[in-house]
Amino acid sequence: MIARSSGNADGHGVAVSAENCAKTFADGTQALGSVTLDVERGETVVLLGPSGCGKTTLLRIIAGLEHPDAGGRVLFNKTDVTRVPIERRNVGMVFQSYALFPNMNVAENIGYGLKIRGVNGAERGARVAELVALTGIEGLEHRRIDQLSGGQRQRVALARAVAVRPSVLLLDEPLTALDAALRERLRGELNRLLRTLGITTIYVTHDQSEAMALGDHIVVMRKGAIAQIGTPRDIYFAPASRFVAEFVGAANIVEAEYRDGSLVFPGGKLAATAAGDGKGKEPVVVMIRPESIKIVPADGAALCGQVEAVSFVGDRQRAAIGGVAAKAIMVDAPNSLPLKTGDRVGLAVDPGAVRLLPGDSQ
Amino acid sequence: MRDRLIFAAQFAFTLLVAAFLIVPAVLSMLAGVTLNYFRGIQSGLTLQWVVQVWELYSETIFRSFLIAITTLAVTLIVGIPAAYALHLRSDRLSRAIEEVITLPLAIPGLALALALLLSYGGFSDFRRSWLFILAGHSVFTLPFMVRSVMAMFGAIDVKTLDEGAASLGAPPWRRFRDVIVPNAAPGILAGSLMVVTLSLGEFNLTWMLHTPLTKTLPVGLADSYASMRLEVASAYTLVFFVMIIPLLVAMQTFARYRGNPAALPR
Amino acid sequence: MSKRAFVGLCFLPLAVLVAAFFVLPMVRLVLVGASGQDGLRAYAAILLDPRYRATLFNTVALAAATTAATLIIATISGLFLQRHRFPGHALLVAMLTFPLAFPGVVVGFMIILLAGRQGLLGDLTLHLFGSKRVFAYSLQGLFLGYLYFSIPRVILTIMAAVEKLDPSLEEVARTLGAGPWRVVRDVILPALTPAFIASGAIAFATAMGAFGTAFTLATDVDVLPMLIYTEFTLSANIALAAALSVGLGLVTWAILALARSYGGTSIAAAG
Repeated sequence: MIARSSGNADGHGVAVSAENCAKTFADGTQALGSVTLDVERGETVVLLGPSGCGKTTLLRIIAGLEHPDAGGRVLFNKTDVTRVPIERRNVGMVFQSYALFPNMNVAENIGYGLKIRGVNGAERGARVAELVALTGIEGLEHRRIDQLSGGQRQRVALARAVAVRPSVLLLDEPLTALDAALRERLRGELNRLLRTLGITTIYVTHDQSEAMALGDHIVVMRKGAIAQIGTPRDIYFAPASRFVAEFVGAANIVEAEYRDGSLVFPGGKLAATAAGDGKGKEPVVVMIRPESIKIVPADGAALCGQVEAVSFVGDRQRAAIGGVAAKAIMVDAPNSLPLKTGDRVGLAVDPGAVRLLPGDSQ
Repeated sequence: MRDRLIFAAQFAFTLLVAAFLIVPAVLSMLAGVTLNYFRGIQSGLTLQWVVQVWELYSETIFRSFLIAITTLAVTLIVGIPAAYALHLRSDRLSRAIEEVITLPLAIPGLALALALLLSYGGFSDFRRSWLFILAGHSVFTLPFMVRSVMAMFGAIDVKTLDEGAASLGAPPWRRFRDVIVPNAAPGILAGSLMVVTLSLGEFNLTWMLHTPLTKTLPVGLADSYASMRLEVASAYTLVFFVMIIPLLVAMQTFARYRGNPAALPR
Repeated sequence: MSKRAFVGLCFLPLAVLVAAFFVLPMVRLVLVGASGQDGLRAYAAILLDPRYRATLFNTVALAAATTAATLIIATISGLFLQRHRFPGHALLVAMLTFPLAFPGVVVGFMIILLAGRQGLLGDLTLHLFGSKRVFAYSLQGLFLGYLYFSIPRVILTIMAAVEKLDPSLEEVARTLGAGPWRVVRDVILPALTPAFIASGAIAFATAMGAFGTAFTLATDVDVLPMLIYTEFTLSANIALAAALSVGLGLVTWAILALARSYGGTSIAAAG
C-alpha cells in the first residue's frame, strides 16, 4: 500500500502489521477470523464495518489490550510486539467513551502520559499548551471533565493521546457518541489534524462517509473477516462484493443477462464494457450507483421504465423507477426536474459506471 | 373527599409506626438525663448518670472506637484491591469468590463466633485480646466495603479508565494509584461509613467473642440493661446514639451521591 | 509487574483474611458438629428431638409472623411516603429508618422502655384501665422487638421499589376505570412482588438469626439462637451447639440466596 502523498509525505510513527490475527473469546464468540493487515508508516487506515464485524477487536489486538489467538502476531516496524503489554507499546488511543479521568482536570489529563514518562513539569506544561492550541480548546485547561461538552471531551481525548508522540494512533469510533451536526464538523477538523500529524493511524468506524473522508485506505470488514481493502475510490466504484457495494453507499444491485456485448434487462439494454468477464448467457449481477443514472426522455432511450415513487431530499430527488429490472431502480435526479409518479422515463447510464459483481456475491 | 380520607388514614398510620420506633429512643435519651425516671422530668435534669456511665464504661467506648477504626483499616487494605481484581475479572471464579465473601452476612453472627472460638480458642493470647474481636468484625464488614467499591467501579466504568491509563503507559500500580482509587473515592467513603457503623453496633458476634477485659460498647450495654438502673442504662444508650447518629446522617447524605459522582460537592 | 501478577497480588490479602477467619473456622464448625456422641445424627436432632423441634417451630413461626406484619406495615407506609410530599417528609423518613443501626440489645431495651415494668404503655394502661400491662418479657414483647428491627430495613427496600414503578401502568388502569383500591390490588402489588420476596426473605433470615433482642428480653420463649447460646455457654454441649449453628446457617443462607435470585441487595442480617 502506498502512503498518499500530502504535505507530510514523510510519515511519522511505525509501520504496523497484523499477521493471522484471530480472536475467540472465553465464552466462545469468535470475534475475528484469521486476518492479515499491513499499514504503512504515516498512513491512515480505516476499519469499516457493521457492529460485530470484528473491527474493534482487531484494533484492540493492535493496541495490546487483547491477545490474538495462537499463531497471530502484531509487528511494529517488523518488531514482534505481540507479547508487549499496551503500556509499553507507545500507542495513543482514543476510546469511544473517551475514558477521560474525572479526578483530573483537562491539563492534567493531557499531561498524564508525559508524567508517566517522567517529563518534568515545565516541559509538560509546554507540550500541553501546544496540544491545547492544536486541538482548539484554549481556555479549558483547568476545567473538570464533567464540565465539558461532548465535542470538547473528544478533543481532550485526542490531545491526550497525541501528547506522548505515539508510534501509532488508534481511534475507536471517536465521533459516534456525538450528534450528527457536531460529527460532521469535527470530522473535518479531525481530518486536518491527522494530516498535520502524519502519524500512522488506525481508525474504526461504522460510518462510511467518515471512512471515505478520513482514510488513505479502507478495510471493509464483515463477520470477523476482511471483505475488501482499497482506497476510498476503489471501494466505492469497484466494490468486490454485494456487501461492500451496499455498505459503502446506496447501490442498485440487479440481475441481468449478458448477451452479445450487452446487458439485457426487462426494460431495455445497456452496452457493457469489458469491466467484467461475461461469458455466454448466464445471468450476471451488476451494481449501478443511483448518481450514475441520468433520467432522460423515454423516446429513444436504451432503458425505459415508470416512476413509482419520488422523494424530495433537498439537494436532489430520489426516484424509484420500476419496469427496468426485477426490482425498482433508485435514481438520483436533480432537484429541479419535474418528476411525478406514473411518468414514463428513460434511463441513461455510462457503461463505465456499471460494475460486475462476482458470481455468488453476498 | 375519599382521597383526603385515605391520605389522612395512611398519614396517621405512618405516624403511628414512626412513633413506635422513635418514642422509646427519645424516652431513653430523656431517661439518661433525668434525675429519676420513675418520677419523670419533674424530678429534674442531670448529667450525673452520663458521668457515671463514663466512669464505669469509658473503656468500652474507647475499645469500640479502636476496633471500628482498625476494622476499617483492614477492610480498606483487603477490600479495595480485591474489589478491583474482582471487577476486572468478572468471570465465574470471581463470582464464586464474591459468594464466599458475602457468606458471613448470611450466617448468623452466633454461628460465625462459634466457629472462630472453636478454631482459635486454643491460642489464648490471641483469643483474649481485642484482635480476636477485630478478626470477627473484619470478616463480617468486608462484604460491605467490597460491594460498595465494586458498585462505584461499575458506575465510573473503571475498566475503560484503566485501559485509558494503560494506553498512556502507566503500569498497573500506577493506574491504581492515579486513576482507580481517586475515582472510586465516593464508593470507598460510603463503604467506610458502613463498616464503622456496623462495627460500632455489632453485638451477636462480639458477645460470644468477648472477655471481661475486651468489652465493647454494645456488650457493655447488654450488661447495663441487665444490672444497672434504668437511668444509667439510658444514659449509656444515649452515648451510643450520640456516636451513631452523625454516621447515619453522613450515610444518608452519601446515598444521594453514590452512582452519580457528578453530584458530589467540590 | 504484569497485569496478571498485579491482579493476583490484589487477591492475596483477601485470601489470607477470609481463609484464616472464615473458611477454616466454618469447616471446623461443621466437623465439630458431627463430632458429638451422636455424630452426624446431631444434625438431624433439630428435627427429631421434640425439645429442639419446638424451638425450631417457635423461631420459624415468629420469623414468619414478623415478616408478614412487616411487609404489610412497610408497604402501607412505604407507598404513602414515596407518593406524597409534605413538610416534614424527610424527617418522617429519617425517623423510620434511624433504628437501622441499632444492635439487637438496644432494640430489646427499646421494648422494655415501651412495655416493661416502668414502660410507657404500662403507665398508659394504668391510667386508662386501672391495671398495668407489662408484656415486654413475653412473646408479644419479643414480636414487637422483631418488628422494631425489621421495619426500617424493609421500608427502605419497598420505598426504593415504589420509586421504580412505572406510573404509566397505573394511569392506564385508571383510564380503564379502576378505582384506587383496584389499582393497588391489580397493578401496584403485583409489580412490587419481587421487592416483597426479596425484602421478605431478608427479614425472615434476619429474624431467624436474631440473638441480641431475645437475649435482652430474656423471655422464656426459646428461639433457636438462644438455644445455641445456652447449649454452648451453659451446658458446654459444643457439638450440639455447632450442629445447630450450621443448621441455622444453612437455612438462613438458603433463604437469602432465594432473595438474591429475585434481584435484591441484601442488608446485613443482624439483630
